[in-house]
Amino acid sequence: MHDKTLAQQAAMLQNSRISSAELVAHYLERIDRYNPALNAYLQVDAEGAQAAASQADQARAAGNTGPLTGIPIAHKDIFCTKGIATTCGSKILENFKAPYNATVVDKLSDAGMVMLGKANMDEFAMGSSNENSYFGPVANPWQQDRVPGGSSGGSAALVAAQLASAATGTDTGGSIRQPAAFCGITGIKPTYGRVSRYGMIAFASSLDQGGPMARTAEDCALLLQAMSGHDVRDSTSSTTAVPDFSAELEAELSGLRIGLPTEYFGEGLDADIASHVQAALQELEKAGATLKSISLPNQQHCIPAYYVLAPAEASSNLSRFDGVRFGYRCKNPQNLEDLYTRTRGEGFGKEVKRRILIGTYALSEGYYDAYYLKAQKVRQLVSNDFSEAFKDVDVIAGPTTPTTAFKRDEKHGDPTSMYLNDLFTVSANLSGLPGISAPCGFSGGLPIGLQLVAPAYQEARLLNIAHRYQQLTDWHVQTPSGFE
Amino acid sequence: MALTPDKLSAIAHLARLGVEPEDLAPLAADLSSVLVLVEQLQAIDTEAVEPMAHPASASLWLRDDEVTETDQRDTLQAPAPETQDGYFLVPRVIE
Repeated sequence: MHDKTLAQQAAMLQNSRISSAELVAHYLERIDRYNPALNAYLQVDAEGAQAAASQADQARAAGNTGPLTGIPIAHKDIFCTKGIATTCGSKILENFKAPYNATVVDKLSDAGMVMLGKANMDEFAMGSSNENSYFGPVANPWQQDRVPGGSSGGSAALVAAQLASAATGTDTGGSIRQPAAFCGITGIKPTYGRVSRYGMIAFASSLDQGGPMARTAEDCALLLQAMSGHDVRDSTSSTTAVPDFSAELEAELSGLRIGLPTEYFGEGLDADIASHVQAALQELEKAGATLKSISLPNQQHCIPAYYVLAPAEASSNLSRFDGVRFGYRCKNPQNLEDLYTRTRGEGFGKEVKRRILIGTYALSEGYYDAYYLKAQKVRQLVSNDFSEAFKDVDVIAGPTTPTTAFKRDEKHGDPTSMYLNDLFTVSANLSGLPGISAPCGFSGGLPIGLQLVAPAYQEARLLNIAHRYQQLTDWHVQTPSGFE
Repeated sequence: MALTPDKLSAIAHLARLGVEPEDLAPLAADLSSVLVLVEQLQAIDTEAVEPMAHPASASLWLRDDEVTETDQRDTLQAPAPETQDGYFLVPRVIE
């Protein structure tokens, strides 16, 4: 059952070929067997899952179901969950029991989904390899000495290893799309404001978005439907109407204009990735799309702008972790200053500290204009590039990442080299636009992702294109060896 | 633009972030390399450009002036390290 897509499992549940209790028991057994090597799950709530599964089966017997009823899911450990701890991959929240659920958790639970547990992640969503978790790194199921990507590395790895039907992730600079690419699964970052951030522990408030990670675009459409919508408890949540994301999945691609930024396909792009992405684009062309060369002139400025803005916002958001109201507190604080500095010094990992310090510097007196304000202006330029491009094309395509999954410890001690993983993904966060990554091939046995970016609120378009592509190819149904 | 360990120490204080003395120099070096990456922003012409704080360009909306929150202090204080009579406890602030 674990090799079936979420949509297929939903059909099996609907036809009573399996029960949610059986599906959950099956996944719990697989998690027991495979999680130790992957470290994708930080916590498993077997009791809670069994209870929720039983409820879902009863609801089904009473004729009370939706498309997601009884389907098992893992939540990235950045989403607050009342029943079990929410750690954000950090020592500073190691035993934190949230007093309320994130809106995303509630919405999916209301849709009848069964939470299996919490997924490992880079600490406070800062990272591209899941090597920054206080609770140890996550292994990529395709080759276990390689990283799954990050920060939603646990979520990506467990979906790829088929240890849940789907997982939630968050994306601030690429943290859904890049691990989806590295792990050969499908992940979508919605338009900023599409999914409520209430109860989703904040990293960079103007960039963060939660989204689904699953094996197919069809699955992501079902999940995104349940996750989306205005939330009065999130003041940045959008009131734009949520369309039926599944209704447009089958739409024909004829007439679709795909823009290919010259900046994405330059000299330095890995040859294997380039050829697989080109092959994918040719498939889309055969299906009726036209390809057009475009330019995003400020593409090279995205990473520098992001690595000012995101740390600056993080330095502000993470100031709440002070040992006073929740989380870790250092032992025997001598005075208030000592309480703050030692709690934070002992509780935060290296990358988190780096980003808080960069952010604080960028916002400090004398540097605010040169760094933070400047980066915000560059952000506007990046956003303008997309607006210009979308006058002539409907979507923009390219590789999700510049490389396939690298080896664990390979980028150790070189933060800026790690940051370049986000080369193709950060622009969507800076401009608030939706972006999807779908598998389009393998290089040396490692997955390659195709990325598509659309104008604001056009997630349906992205899901449609990815779905049609998945009807023509089978990259997305491959299983890593050893996890059959 | 290189960050000295002294400067880093000052920033760490602003962030109330404890940094061990032996970590000051390596961290300063790390941050300096990030600043090199970020330095290229200076060369970009942003003369007539408005800063973009937010993708949504929406303004904060108002709600009706009705009481909707209930007293949940006990629940919300439950994760706190130390409390007493509804107060959060910290080391003495005033000598």
